Amino acid sequence: MGIAVEGAFKRFGDFQALDDVSIDVPDGSLTALLGPSGSGKSTLLRAIAGLEELDRGRVAINGSDATETPAQKREVGFVFQHYAAFKHMTVFGNVAFGLKIRKWDKAKISDRVHELLRLVQLDGLAERYPDQLSGGQRQRMALARALAVEPQVLLLDEPFGALDAKVRKDLRTWLRRLHDEMHVTTIFVTHDQEEAMDVAEQLVVMNQGRVEQSGTAGELYEHPANEFVMSFVGEVNRLGDHFVRPHDMDVSLDAGDGAEQAMVQRIVALGFEIRVEFVLGDGAEVWAQLTRTELQKLELREGQIVYLRPGQVKSFSSGDAEVSAAA
Amino acid sequence: MTASTPAKWGLRGLAFGYLGLLLLAPVGMIFYKTFEHGLGPPVEAMTSPEALHAIQLTLLMVAVAVPLNTIFGVGCALLLVRRRWWGNSIVDGIINLPFAVSPIVVGLSLYLLYGNTGWFGPTMAEWGIQVLFSWPGMVLASIFVSLPFVVRETVPVLREIGTEQEQAASTLGANGWQTFWRITLPAIRWGVAYGVVLTTARVLGEFGAVTIVSGSISGETETMPLFVAKAFEQFQEEAAYAGAIVLALLALTTLLLMSVGGRKAKASTTKEGF
Repeated sequence: MGIAVEGAFKRFGDFQALDDVSIDVPDGSLTALLGPSGSGKSTLLRAIAGLEELDRGRVAINGSDATETPAQKREVGFVFQHYAAFKHMTVFGNVAFGLKIRKWDKAKISDRVHELLRLVQLDGLAERYPDQLSGGQRQRMALARALAVEPQVLLLDEPFGALDAKVRKDLRTWLRRLHDEMHVTTIFVTHDQEEAMDVAEQLVVMNQGRVEQSGTAGELYEHPANEFVMSFVGEVNRLGDHFVRPHDMDVSLDAGDGAEQAMVQRIVALGFEIRVEFVLGDGAEVWAQLTRTELQKLELREGQIVYLRPGQVKSFSSGDAEVSAAA
Repeated sequence: MTASTPAKWGLRGLAFGYLGLLLLAPVGMIFYKTFEHGLGPPVEAMTSPEALHAIQLTLLMVAVAVPLNTIFGVGCALLLVRRRWWGNSIVDGIINLPFAVSPIVVGLSLYLLYGNTGWFGPTMAEWGIQVLFSWPGMVLASIFVSLPFVVRETVPVLREIGTEQEQAASTLGANGWQTFWRITLPAIRWGVAYGVVLTTARVLGEFGAVTIVSGSISGETETMPLFVAKAFEQFQEEAAYAGAIVLALLALTTLLLMSVGGRKAKASTTKEGF
C-alpha cells in the first residue's frame, strides 16, 4: 500500500534525471523528497503523478500498478510550486474544477467546495480571482483544489518554494496539522533540509538521480550513509578524511591531547547561536557553532589562537561505510 | 526614469503628429469627402444592387475564411508550442509564407493551380465546381493571405501561459478535450481574439489576390475593395468614397466588438467577492 516506485529511469537528452530509483512510501505517511536542484526529486514526483513518463521502471499506487495509467486517471492530488492557479476562474471555480469534471451535482459541489475552503481558511474569498490573493492564499487554494477530488495520494512539488520565509513557516506547520487530520499519503519535494525535517516523518535524500538514503530525520542526522547525506542534512566541517558537525567542535583556550591549533578568523552573531570561523595550521577553514553563553565564557576575539577538539567524528572512506569515533 | 516636461510634450507631439498626418488625415479626408453633401449621396451609392452584392460577398469571405483560419490557427499554434517534433521549424516557416508573398503572386498561383490547365482545375471542373471567377476561388485567396495572423498571435500567449495549468487540470481528471475548452482556450482567448481581428481586417481589405481569381465581375464576383477600385477608376467618386467608408465601418465594428467583449471580461475578473 502507499506508493512504491521500482527501478525508475528517466533521461532528458544527455541528462540522467532518474538513475535506478526505488522508493517505498508507507500508506498514510508524510514523506519528503530532499535534494539539491537537478537531483531528480521533482522528476520522480511528476513520474508518480503521471506527468512524466518513465523510460523504465514501475509506479504502484495503493497496491495497483499505475505505470501505464495516464495522469487524468491516477487520482493524485498535485500541488505545483507556482500554484498553477486557473487564472480565469474564481477561487470557487478552481476548487470545484475536479468535481465539475466528475459531474457532481451543483449543490453537492457547493457544499464540498465550501467545506474545503473552510479547511484551508479561505472561506469568504470564494468569489475572488487568483490574482487578488497572496502567494500563501493561492497555494492553500491549490491545495484545496487538489484535495477536493479526494485523491489517493497528495503530491506537492516545492509547495512553499515561492513564498517568503514567514509564510513558509506558517504553511509548514499548517500542512503538518492538515496531514494529521486527513491521513492521505503525502509526498512533498523540497531542497530545504530544515523544512523536510520539520514537516516529514520520512525523508528520502536524492542526489544526481539516485536515492542516497532514506529514513527519519534523526536517523539521517545521526547515521548518514555517506558524505553527501551528512553534508546535506545539517552543517559539516571536513578535517582530512573526517567529518564533524560544527556543534561537535569543542573550543578551548588550553592545548591538550588531540587538540588542533587554530586562529579565530571571524565571529558572526546570529542571535542566540554564534558562528565562529577558524583557520587551521594547514590553512583549512572550519567553523564551530557556539551558544552566546559559551562565547562569553571563552571571551573569544578575532585573531586569537585557540585549540579545537572535534567530538563525534565520521569518515566514509571505504565503500561509503560509516565509521564513527568519539575522540 | 521620468522625462523632463518639454521632452514629454515633445514626445507626445511627435506621436500625435505622426499618427495624425499618416493615419488620421487620410481617413478623415475620406469621411469628409463622403459626407460633403450630406447623407443622401453615399446612402444611395451603397444601396445600388452592385454595392449591396459587394457588401454581401465581402461578409461571406469573412464568414468562411475567419472561422477556418481561427480553427486552423489555434490548432497549429498548439502543435508548434506543445509538441516538439522535427517538422516544427518547417511548419513555422511555411506559415509565414503569406507575409512574404505579394497578394498578386498568391492570386496568380491560385490561377495556375485551378485554371483549365492547372493541377486541380480540370478535376474540379469535372466535379462541377467552378473555382476561378467564382466565390470558392475568392475564399481560397482570402484564406491564403490571412492565414498567419491567428497562429502568430496565439503562439506567444500559449508559450507564456506554460503547461502547468493544463497539467493541473489533467491531475484533476480532465481529458485533453476538457482541458482545452476549460483551461487552455480561456487562457489564450486574448491572443486568439486579436488574431481574429487582424484576420478579419485582412480579409475585408484583400484586393490583390482576389482581383486575379475573381475576374471582378460587377454584381457577381466583386467584393467591396474591388467595388471601390472600379468605382474610382470610372470616376464615380461618390460610390468609391462611400464604399471605403463601409469597409472602414466594418473594420471598426470588429475592433469595437473586441474591446466591448474585453471590457466585459475584465469587469468580471475584477469583481470583488463580497
